[in-house]
Amino acid sequence: MHAMHTGKFSRADFTGGTLRGLTGFACVIIIAIVAVIVGNIVYHGIGNLSWEFLSEPPRKHFTEGGIFPAIFGTAALVILMTIAVIPLGVATAIYMHEYASKRSRVVHLVRLAIQNLAGVPAIVFGLFGVGFFIEFVGRGLDRGLYGGALVYGQPAILWAALTMALLTLPTVVVATEEALRAIPQGYREVAYSLGATKWQMIRKVVLPQAAGGILTGGILAVSRGSGEVAPVMFTGAAYALPDLPSRLNDQFMELGYHVYVMSTQAFDVEATKPALYSTVLVLLLLTFSLNFTAIMIRARIRRRLRNGR
Amino acid sequence: MRNSGLLSGGAELTTVPKAGQPGDAADKIAAGLIRGSAFIAIASLVLIFVFIGKEALPVLTSPEVKEEAGLSQLFLPQQNRAGDTTEFNWQPISDTPKYSLLPLFVGTLKVTVIAVLIAIPLAVAAALYTSEFAPSWVREVIKPCIEILAGIPSVVVGFFCLMVIASWLQAAFGWTFRLNAVTAGIGLSLAVIPIVYTVCEDAFSSVPHAFREGSIAMGASAWQTASRVVLPAAMPGVLAACILGFGRAIGETMIVLMASGNAAVISWSPADSVRTFSATIAAELGELVQGSPHYHVLFFIGAFLFVLTFIINLAGRWWVGRLQKKLQGAS
Repeated sequence: MHAMHTGKFSRADFTGGTLRGLTGFACVIIIAIVAVIVGNIVYHGIGNLSWEFLSEPPRKHFTEGGIFPAIFGTAALVILMTIAVIPLGVATAIYMHEYASKRSRVVHLVRLAIQNLAGVPAIVFGLFGVGFFIEFVGRGLDRGLYGGALVYGQPAILWAALTMALLTLPTVVVATEEALRAIPQGYREVAYSLGATKWQMIRKVVLPQAAGGILTGGILAVSRGSGEVAPVMFTGAAYALPDLPSRLNDQFMELGYHVYVMSTQAFDVEATKPALYSTVLVLLLLTFSLNFTAIMIRARIRRRLRNGR
Repeated sequence: MRNSGLLSGGAELTTVPKAGQPGDAADKIAAGLIRGSAFIAIASLVLIFVFIGKEALPVLTSPEVKEEAGLSQLFLPQQNRAGDTTEFNWQPISDTPKYSLLPLFVGTLKVTVIAVLIAIPLAVAAALYTSEFAPSWVREVIKPCIEILAGIPSVVVGFFCLMVIASWLQAAFGWTFRLNAVTAGIGLSLAVIPIVYTVCEDAFSSVPHAFREGSIAMGASAWQTASRVVLPAAMPGVLAACILGFGRAIGETMIVLMASGNAAVISWSPADSVRTFSATIAAELGELVQGSPHYHVLFFIGAFLFVLTFIINLAGRWWVGRLQKKLQGAS
């Protein structure tokens, strides 16, 4: 699409072309930034990566050994988080899409709450975890069940997982809703015409059809949950632990928090660097592969929505 | 939003039909549970407000807390020793704790403004290019790149700023402080770019094609069409993107905690270390006495961040809604 009036190369064309080039340059800068970050981390992190690094606990102020406790702790955290967030998020989406009428005030409110929950800073979730889960619920449990002994009124993997579940709730709701929208209305009508009750229809038609979307939401939530640090740094994550967490009120090590600890509190920065880079690489690979899987599933759902199958 | 009637032929059903069978017990229990879950989203937002507010309130009400960290200590200049000049200091851990929020405010403002100044032009321009000029292969590259950038955990961005960007900048400019407002601002812009880009790109691509066709038919060039037709039409969306990006920047914690140097000083120089609100909470909450004035002041800051980002998000959503209404009326 060049100048309509051919012949002379006008001044407007020249400035237009330059400015248009500048917007293209902005794209190039963004792509370059991503390439530099990922490239730098892969380049420095790959050398130290080994089976030992993934399967051993850290030794000598993080300079030797590996990150197994952090991997284990992250896995335990996201499993607990998933158990909490998937039923809650899926039920919320089903309520908005299948139960309430589209224009009802309640749906509007729930949607507003979900959108705003997505915008709450991670550190505020951390504060909430301390103020609500540890101080209110945890201390309350201790007073009621354990005669005031300190059992649940302290940082614990359970509280970290529940805090993270609230943070990732919008992700699951949005992904599930998108999948629910992709289910043709006729499927529901057929179920009803066969005499199904609403719950039977949801269980036998809607949930299986929405499985892909729920999976997408779950994977994205796990990816988010394994990288976030601010919500867990006061609710359960620990610098270094001799034992793996085995009870709900144990503390745990987390990959993201481990990166923070190694980069800011290292005894000897230079000696820690190889292990630090490799930990970052592991975290990056984990979140990227999770995101990639989720994007692939989502793309399939969107195609289906477009084709109106 | 095509969500209904796709298979039902001519009879387009816009509402979900009522169940054919009267509900049995399982049906009623399920309905109750699902309804209950939906309210948890609303409840948790209210709970966040209540429980952070509850711990922040002693700053306004409790006499013991007010004596050490009342509103005047937080906002007004303080004379710390007889004969000294009045000043603003954030030194919560000292013999006479000082809780002035001004250094933190200046720090937050500096870092946020730097981040937004870098991120918004880049992201808006890139979104405009993607939606108006880009050949499809460029689109296939830039979109996954944005997704990757959005997917990088903020602690990794913080690490990269601390280890790599800080060293590059210091080598280039020879700053006294290796970690400063510019380092943190650049890092923060990486977290802001994806959200601004995504919202802008949505806004540009929701502009009806007829707008562009009309413009081209009148003899306008591609750039004239983009800058004088598409950009103004999508303006509410661009504004929403900027607002939401700003909200993201204010609340982001790990990047500034790791890359800003965390010195609570009042200075307008971008080359000085700074301490932000969010980083202050993250750095100090772990090592203090629960129930102390310091504890309540940190929750006070948290409540402020919560309310601020809440308002910013509402404003952003409102502008997105304006864009949708505007374009619906136009097409």
